[in-house]
Amino acid sequence: MKALDCVQIIFYLTVVLALVKPLGWYMARVYEGQSCGLDYFLGPLERFIYRCCGVSSTEQMSWKKYLSALLLSNLFGILALYTLQRLQIYLPLNPQSFQNISSNLAFNTAVSFTTNTNWQAYSGESSLSYLTQMLGMTVQNFLSAATGMSLLAALIRGIVRFDTDRLGNFWMDLTRSILYILLPLSIILSIALASQGVIQNFKPYQSASLIDPIVLENKTVTTQKIPMGPVASQVAIKQLGSNGGGYFNVNSAHPFENPTPLSNFLEIIAILLIPASLCYTFGVMVGDKRQGWAILLAMLMLFLPLAGISLYSENQSHAEYTQLGIESSGSLEGKETRIGISNSAFWSAATTATSNGSVNSMHDSFTPLGTFVPILLMHFGEVIFGGVGSGLYGMLMMIIIAVFVAGLLVGRTPEYLGKKIEPYEMKMATVAVLVMPLTVLISTAVSVIYSEGVHAVGNPGAHGFSEILYAWSSMGNNNGSSMAGLNANNPFYTTMGGIIMLIGRYWIAIPALAIAGSLVKKKKIPTSAGTLLTHTPLFMFLLVSVMFILGALSFFPALALGPIVEQLNLWGFHGR
Amino acid sequence: MAVKSRSLWDKKIFRIALRDAFLKLSPLNQIRNPVMFTVYIASLMTSWLFLRAITGRAEAPPDFILLISLWLWFTLLFANFAEAMAEGRGKAQAQELRKSRHEVTAKKLSKPSRDAKITKVMSEELRIGDFVLVEAGDIIPCDGEIIEGIVSVNESAVTGESAPVIRESGGDRSAVTGGTLVISDWLIMRITADPGHTFLDKMISLVEGAKRQKTPNELALTILLSGLTIVFLLVCSTMVAFSFYSVSANGSGQVISLTVVIALFVCLAPTTIGGLLSAIGIAGMDRMIQANVIAQSGRAVEAAGDIDTLILDKTGTITLGNRQATEFVPAENITVEALADAAQLSSLADETPEGRSIVILAKEKYGLRGRNISSIGATFIPFTAQTRMSGANLPGRQIRKGAAEAIESYINEQGGTFPLYVKSIVDSIASRGGTPLVVAEGNKVLGVICLKDIVKGGIAERFSELRKMGIRTIMVTGDNPKTAAAIAAEARVDDFLANATPENKLVLIRRLQSEGRLVAMTGDGTNDAPALAQADVAVAMNTGTQAAKEAGNLVDLDSNPTKLIEVVEIGKQLLMTRGALTTFSIANDIAKYFAILPAAFASTYPSLNALNIMHLSTERNAILSAVIFNALIIVFLIPLALKGVKYHRVSASKLLRNNVLIYGFGGLVIPFLGIKLIDLVLFSIGLN
Repeated sequence: MKALDCVQIIFYLTVVLALVKPLGWYMARVYEGQSCGLDYFLGPLERFIYRCCGVSSTEQMSWKKYLSALLLSNLFGILALYTLQRLQIYLPLNPQSFQNISSNLAFNTAVSFTTNTNWQAYSGESSLSYLTQMLGMTVQNFLSAATGMSLLAALIRGIVRFDTDRLGNFWMDLTRSILYILLPLSIILSIALASQGVIQNFKPYQSASLIDPIVLENKTVTTQKIPMGPVASQVAIKQLGSNGGGYFNVNSAHPFENPTPLSNFLEIIAILLIPASLCYTFGVMVGDKRQGWAILLAMLMLFLPLAGISLYSENQSHAEYTQLGIESSGSLEGKETRIGISNSAFWSAATTATSNGSVNSMHDSFTPLGTFVPILLMHFGEVIFGGVGSGLYGMLMMIIIAVFVAGLLVGRTPEYLGKKIEPYEMKMATVAVLVMPLTVLISTAVSVIYSEGVHAVGNPGAHGFSEILYAWSSMGNNNGSSMAGLNANNPFYTTMGGIIMLIGRYWIAIPALAIAGSLVKKKKIPTSAGTLLTHTPLFMFLLVSVMFILGALSFFPALALGPIVEQLNLWGFHGR
Repeated sequence: MAVKSRSLWDKKIFRIALRDAFLKLSPLNQIRNPVMFTVYIASLMTSWLFLRAITGRAEAPPDFILLISLWLWFTLLFANFAEAMAEGRGKAQAQELRKSRHEVTAKKLSKPSRDAKITKVMSEELRIGDFVLVEAGDIIPCDGEIIEGIVSVNESAVTGESAPVIRESGGDRSAVTGGTLVISDWLIMRITADPGHTFLDKMISLVEGAKRQKTPNELALTILLSGLTIVFLLVCSTMVAFSFYSVSANGSGQVISLTVVIALFVCLAPTTIGGLLSAIGIAGMDRMIQANVIAQSGRAVEAAGDIDTLILDKTGTITLGNRQATEFVPAENITVEALADAAQLSSLADETPEGRSIVILAKEKYGLRGRNISSIGATFIPFTAQTRMSGANLPGRQIRKGAAEAIESYINEQGGTFPLYVKSIVDSIASRGGTPLVVAEGNKVLGVICLKDIVKGGIAERFSELRKMGIRTIMVTGDNPKTAAAIAAEARVDDFLANATPENKLVLIRRLQSEGRLVAMTGDGTNDAPALAQADVAVAMNTGTQAAKEAGNLVDLDSNPTKLIEVVEIGKQLLMTRGALTTFSIANDIAKYFAILPAAFASTYPSLNALNIMHLSTERNAILSAVIFNALIIVFLIPLALKGVKYHRVSASKLLRNNVLIYGFGGLVIPFLGIKLIDLVLFSIGLN
C-alpha cells in the first residue's frame, strides 16, 4: 500500500469527521422543529405540503400511531414501485421499450428499494425505463432513507421526553427529512457529480462503432450500445441515503456513475456522511454530546481495524503468485484501474459498514480476507454507521443490551440516559438483535441444501459458500451489495429475498419504535455517582464486545466455512 | 429466628441438595428455566443417540456419545444442585421457625377486659378481632395488638435476640408476634391475623422460597439469555446444512454428527448463568435473612440495589439518641467550676437523660462527685410546663436551670438582669446545633450548659462512602431548622428535613420520586405507615406497629435503623452477581468455539486446524474437554453464586472496570486454560 493511499484514506476520514458536527447540529435542529436556516425558503413549501396532504402540524403521535403511519407509507411505496415495474411498457419515458418486469423480480425490487436495501437482482440499464428509475427507484431512495431517519428521531424523542406517550409526527418527520436534509444535499452532490461527467439525460441509448471488433459466440460484434439516462440525480441520493442501488448494473464501477477520482471521493464521503453525523445529532438531542461522540467512536473502533485488514489484504502480493516467485503489487482483479486497489478496498468496507451497498469494484474477486471484511461488517447488524437512521437505531438496540449487562455489573437496574431498562425493553431489544442472525442463518442454510440455491452459485466450493452467505447477509441486513458470481435472478432468491428483506427491516424497526413508546412514558432518573456512565472508553469497549458477541460470534461457524477457510487454504495451511 | 451463620457447605444441607438435584430433573421443574430446558432436551437427545448407536445405528462412536451424554446430564445436575443448595439454607431456617409455631391454648376473652369471661381455645381457632389474655409464662398465640397492659417479651423465636423487649398498649410498640414468649406481667390483645397468615407463617414461606416469583430484573435477564440460546440453537442447527454443503462441494470429510452439534450448542448456550440464575436469586434473599432482614419479595431485594436516596431518622440512626451535656460556658466573672457545681446540684435529682449527663460531665471534667441530695438538705424543684425550669433549693441557695427565655423572666422577677453576654452565648450554642440551658442562682445568671446531640462515631465516613456509591442521605428530624442544619453538617448528610411530621415526610418522598429518585426509608410508628408505603424500599422495624410492618416491604428483625445501608448493599450485590456470571458465561464462548469448530470441520477442511490454537490432542478430546469444562465451571461457581460477588463501596465506573476485568477477561482466558487442562488429563488417561 502506497503512502499516497494512506493519505487519501486519512483525508476521507478527516473530511467526514469535520462534517459530522455542522451537519449533525443542523439535523438536530430539523428534528427538534427549530429554525435551521433553510426554512426561510422552504417553510412555505413545507406548510403547503401539509395543507395538501391534510397533515396537522400540531398532531403528536403515540408509538402505535407513528408505526401505522410508517408502515402505511412504506406499503404504499412497495405497491407503487411494483405497479410501475409491471406497467412500464405502457408508460412514457421508455425509449428502449423495456418490457414489464416479471412479478417475482418486481416484488423483490419493490421490497428492496422500499426497505432501503437496494439489492438488485435486475440489471438497470437493460430492464428499467427512465420513468421507473426516476419515479420508482429515486423516489423510494428518498422515502426509504427518510423513513429510517424519522424512526430514529422518534426513538431519540422517546429517550429525551418523559411522562408522555407522544413521539412526534411521522408525516412531518418524513417531510422534513427529505425537504431539509436529503434534497438539498442531493442537489449539491448531483451537480458536483455531473460536473465530473456523471450523465443526466433522457436520450435513447447511443450506438458506437467498435474500433476493434470482437468475436462473441461465433458472431462478430462491431457496435456497442451505450446506455443513457438521468443518472446523476439518482447516484447522489443512492450514496447519501445509504440506498446503494446503482443506476447501472455494475453500480459505481461504471464510468457514467463514477468517472473520476474526485467523483469517487465525493461518493465515499456521501456514503458515510449522514450515518456518522446522526451520531452527533443524537448527542445534541439527548443534551449530552459526549454520548453521540462515544457511539461514533465505538463505530470507528470496529470500522478502522476492519477497513485496515481489507486494505492490507488487497494490497498484498497474491499468495499463489508469491509461491511462483512473482511480485505483484496487490489484487487488481475485479477493480477499476481508474479507481485503484486501495480506493476499492476502502469503499468495500465503507459500503458494508453503512448499509449502503453500492460498489465500485466486484467483491467476488477480492482476496478471501477482503471478502471476509464486508461480510463481517454486515454481520455486526449494520450498526457500524449503518443505514441512515436505521444504523443508529439498530446501534441503540445494541446499546440497550450492553447497558443491561454493564448495569448489572455495577449493581443497579440498568438505565440508559436516565431511562430504566426493564423486561419490556429487553424483550424488544432482544427481538431486534435476534432477527438478523435468525434470517441470515436460516436463509443461508436453506440455500446451501436446496438445489435452486446451490445452482445459482458461480463458483463451487468454499467460495460458493461465501457467495451465498454474502447474499443473505446483504439482504438480511438491508445492505444490498452483492458479491456477484451468484445468479440471484431466479424465483427462489427473489421471493425468499423479498421476504427476508421485509423481516430484516421491519422486525428491527417495530421493536425499536416499541421501545421508544415504552421509554417515553418513563420518568427520567437523575444521574449520580452510582449511575453507569455511557460515554467512557470502558463502556465503548463493552459495547463493541456485545456487538462482537451478538454479531460476529453467531456467524463464526459460517465464516469459518467460507472466507476463513478460503484464506487458510490460500496461506497453505493444509492440516497438521 | 435463631440465625446461626451457616457455613456454605453445611453437611446436612449438602446431602439434601444432592438428593434434590436428582428430583429436580422432572420436566415440570426444568421447563421453568428456558436455558436449562434446552440442555435437558439436549441430554435426552444424546441419550437417545446413544441407544441408537448401541443398537447398530451409530452416527458417531457409541462411547463418545455416551460420554457427551453423561456430561450433559451432569451439567443439568450441577445446575440443579446449585439451586438446591441455595434453597437448602432457606429450608433449614424455615424448619427452625416451624419449631416455634406450636399449637398453644389461648385464653379467649368475651370482651376486652381483665375480668371478662375466659374460654380456653386452641390457637388455631382464633380469628381476627378476637380478644385474648396472655399472662407471664404464656406463649403469644397469634399476631396481634396489645390493647391493655405492658409486658416484657422474649422474641428470640423470631429475632434470634434473647434479651427481652417491652411491649405496651398504645404507641408504637403495641404489636406482638405469635410464637413469642411473655416473660412478665400480662396483656390483653386483639388478634390481627388469622392462623396460617401470621408473620411467622409469612416468614416461613418466604425463607423457603416456596412462592418465589421471577423478579423484573431476573425476567429481563432470562429474556436476554433465552434470546442468546435461540441464536446459538440456530447457529448450531444451521451448521449441519453448512457442513453438508461443504462436504459435497469439497468432496471430502463427513457431515458433522448430531452429537457434536448438540455438544457445541450446550457449550455455547449461556448455561453457566442459566444454571445458576435461580440460585443467585434465592441466595440474595438468603443473605437478607442472614442480615436478619425479612424481604416480603425478591423484588424488594432487587429494588434495594437501585436506591439512590436514603431517608434516615436523626435519632437513633445518625445520633446516639439523647442529648448530652458537652460543655459549661460561664457568664462574666463566674468561674467554670462554680457553674459546674451549680449545674450539678440542680441536676442531682433530675432523672432525665439530659440531667444525668450534666452530673456526669461535671464529674468527669471538674472532678465534682455526685452528692446525695438529701444529705445536703436540698429539695428538688421538678420541671413543670408552667415554669419551664427545674432546679434545687439548698439552704441559702436557689438554683434554677432552663431555657433562656424562661430563666430571663425568672431573673427579671427576682429583680436581676439577664446579661447580654449570656444572651450571646445562648445564640452561639443554638447556632452550632446545641441546646442551651441557662443556669441561674438567685437573681444572678451563672452561665450556660450546652446540650448536644452526639453524632454516632464513623457515621460521617459511612455517608461519604454512600455518596461515592451515588446514594444521597437525607436526615429527618423534628428539631428546628437551625439545630437540624448543625447536626446535618456534622454528620455530613446531603440534605435534611427539619420540623418533620409524617405528612411532610410523605411530601418529601413524593417530591423525590417525582424527580425520578428511588427512595428508601425506615420506620416503626403507625404514623410512618403512609411514608413507608410510598417509599420504594421501606424497612419496617420489627419492634414497630403492625401497620408499619404491613406498609414496609422489608422487616428488620434487629430493629436497627442503620441496617438500611446493608440492605442496599445486598441488593446491589445480587444484581452484580447476575451481571458477573452473565459476562463470564458469554465470554467463555470464544474459547469453546476455538475448541470445537476445528474439531467439527477439520475432516472437510484440514486447514481449519489452524484454528486449534490450544493444540488440543484429538478432535474427540477437544469436544469432550469443552463439554466437561462447561459442566464443571458451574460447580466451581456455586460458591460465588451463593455468597455473591464482593461489593466495594466505590463509584459505578470503578466497579464496572473491576468487574469487567475480573469476569470479562477472566471469562475469556479461564476456559482456554481449563479446556487445555482437561484435554491434557483426558489425553494422559488415554480416553481416546
